Amino acid sequence: MATTLSLKELSKKEDLFTHGHRMCSGCGAPIVVKQLLLASDYPIIASNATGCLEVSSCISEYTAWKIPWIHNAFENAAATISGVETMCRSLKKQGKIDKEIKFVAFGGDGGTYDIGFQSLSGAMERGHEMLYICYDNGAYMNTGIQRSSATPLGADTTTSPAGSVIKGKTQPRKNMTRIMAAHGIPYVAQASPAHWRDAVTKFRKALEIKGPKFINVLAPCNRGWRSSTDDAILLCRAAVDTCYWPLYEVEDGVTRINSIPKEKKPVEEFLKPQGRFKHLFAPGNEWLLKLFQEEVDREWERLKKEAQEAVSDKS
Amino acid sequence: MAKVVAVTGNEAVANALRQANPDVCAAYPITPQTDIMQRFSGFVADGLVNTELILVESEHSAMSACVGASAGGGRVITATSSQGLALMWEILFIAAGDRLPIVMPLVNRALSAPLNIHGDHSDGMGARDSGWIQLWSENAQEAYDNTLQAFRIAEHMDIRLPVMVCLDGFIISHSIERIEYLEDDAVKNFIGEFKQLNPLLDVEHPVSYGPLILPDLYMEYKRAQHEVMTKVSKVVLDVAADFEKISGRRYGLFEPYRLDDADIALVILNSAAGTAKDAVDQFRDRGIRAGLVKPRLFRPFPYQEIADALKSAKAICVMDRADSFGGFGPMYMEIASAMMMNGKKPILINKIYGLGGRDFLPEHAELVLSELADVAKSGKARTFKEYIGVRE
Amino acid sequence: MKPKGWKDLPPGSVITRPGSATEFKTGSWRTFRPVWVPENCIQCLFCWMYCPDMAIKVKDGKREEFDYDYCKGCGICARECPGKKGQKAIIMVEEGK
Repeated sequence: MATTLSLKELSKKEDLFTHGHRMCSGCGAPIVVKQLLLASDYPIIASNATGCLEVSSCISEYTAWKIPWIHNAFENAAATISGVETMCRSLKKQGKIDKEIKFVAFGGDGGTYDIGFQSLSGAMERGHEMLYICYDNGAYMNTGIQRSSATPLGADTTTSPAGSVIKGKTQPRKNMTRIMAAHGIPYVAQASPAHWRDAVTKFRKALEIKGPKFINVLAPCNRGWRSSTDDAILLCRAAVDTCYWPLYEVEDGVTRINSIPKEKKPVEEFLKPQGRFKHLFAPGNEWLLKLFQEEVDREWERLKKEAQEAVSDKS
Repeated sequence: MAKVVAVTGNEAVANALRQANPDVCAAYPITPQTDIMQRFSGFVADGLVNTELILVESEHSAMSACVGASAGGGRVITATSSQGLALMWEILFIAAGDRLPIVMPLVNRALSAPLNIHGDHSDGMGARDSGWIQLWSENAQEAYDNTLQAFRIAEHMDIRLPVMVCLDGFIISHSIERIEYLEDDAVKNFIGEFKQLNPLLDVEHPVSYGPLILPDLYMEYKRAQHEVMTKVSKVVLDVAADFEKISGRRYGLFEPYRLDDADIALVILNSAAGTAKDAVDQFRDRGIRAGLVKPRLFRPFPYQEIADALKSAKAICVMDRADSFGGFGPMYMEIASAMMMNGKKPILINKIYGLGGRDFLPEHAELVLSELADVAKSGKARTFKEYIGVRE
Repeated sequence: MKPKGWKDLPPGSVITRPGSATEFKTGSWRTFRPVWVPENCIQCLFCWMYCPDMAIKVKDGKREEFDYDYCKGCGICARECPGKKGQKAIIMVEEGK
């Protein structure tokens, strides 16, 4: 029996990711890890790409993990866990172990969208029993806020600074969730830690489904987003309400939007509290804000159309 | 009873891997290694091994998956060549630093650019600082024997380090030779069951692999890694002694050839050593006291033992099938270091030969030995580093 | 504690003590301190779910005091606290005041 999906029941579970980790105050990533570990009643073994979560959770003789955990390098969390999972399969086949174990890989957006993309794509194609969780904070935060392919249009980062001529990042972000869905794997989803019930449900569902799964989770970084330490959850909510980060899933190729905002809010609500977008609100830069909104609208309309097609295909 | 067969080096190595029956194998094709993994995949398809294959999308992922699988707690193999090893480079250090006993045949091939698929030692030499144990093989028999011994060395509880078994691309990998296979049962008894150490798959005892280690401890970890390397020679010799009992074939840290009273000596690795030994014999027939050292264990390098073996030589030529551009060939630097151990100062010259599969002919060895005889007589080197077998 | 020498280290830097990070107290990072006001608390446990530092003690499904050994004072709990009748059950106060 899986633990009842209520905060009261979930809170009775042991913390498998402990306090004493050294993520920055107010970081979104540990909340994602916590929700993933709460979702499962199976033993989990995780790999972790080099990045904030990895360097802050396992230092010297101190590990925050109470599950078996492996960090190998930056670009190979997926390949690494595919090795562990395959060893499990081999030893099971030989009757040397019999436990039902779930395999999870954690990577930031740099380790997922960019340098780890090939390793991830390969592992998904090979069909390993694994769930890849990307905690997406939209830049290389661990090395000091450099732009990645997950960095949104216009964002001010240390390698795409908002200058007098170039106004932050000149390209929109890569739609990683969609790219992963294009792999034709059984389950792909997008989640937010603010929407804990949706997130935990998705994690749990993904862990039950056979084969490779991918979930992209928004994970605010107040250092990189130039926001305050207490607004990680608030910003996640704004990201969903503005449709910048829609909550949806693609199960066996069928797209379903999990939460359609009653009233789609202007993207300013998500952007304004973040210092990395400050220049978008300066006089003369209205065009950039407009471009940002148009991109969000375009992606949202496309997603809705895909979901509608899925509904009409069924009927 | 041993079985005599006529097979290629790759086939012999693949058969050794079958007999070792690994739990997991990650494979990616690259010439001239591909043949090993093709054959091994056939063994998997025919149910001759318990192995689960991971057919990855790159060598980087091959070694990454090997690290995960080995940390998981079982016997793990892969194989590669050249660019493949270069792509693995980052993870080689992690496999060694994490003390994971992965076994990997390396079918030696030149590195780009220019692109070349033929045999030289640039790939293996480039990985010599990675923390892997390296065994080098003259022929198919040695490649087979070294592969079997590699499992025992890697998985020894005092060692727990990855081992690379090097054999020359095409010259050995694709040539058919007479070799002796051991019986499956004899190999099984010789290698033994895999013993786990901190397996990730033991969910009752969760461990964390790969922490961030800061300046307060990093150097202590490296010192500990150095210490393990100092124990390898003994284990290699112990394993060789056990291997001799089942095979009748004797292995050491290196092969000394007609060295006892040698005035001049060659130091040369792998397949070219066979050719060079014939030239040594010819010089001996002419009354010139020539000898040869063929290193087997290149990492850790047996400096003192090789220095002792070369003690009578007045002039030595180290033959390198790889270059360290702007320096001497990689093996020359090792032998120069070894020569310091006993305070002897023979004249030490370096020849770079056979790059990108260029043939190493008996006349090349003869020319070098003639030059060495002159050097020993005159006490002067004409030049210290030189390419041979190359057109002007 | 005496710093470890190389002979004291585990092979391959593997950590065999799960959750040993609890020995590392992060409470000293705090500049603002969350204060729990039990009379305004409706036990929704949002603070527990959203705390990035597992610094809210919960017993039998009910929240108790903050774990100040680990709380970094980010303030997410206070921000997300719905409180009772408009009164927050968590307020942030500056450390040392």
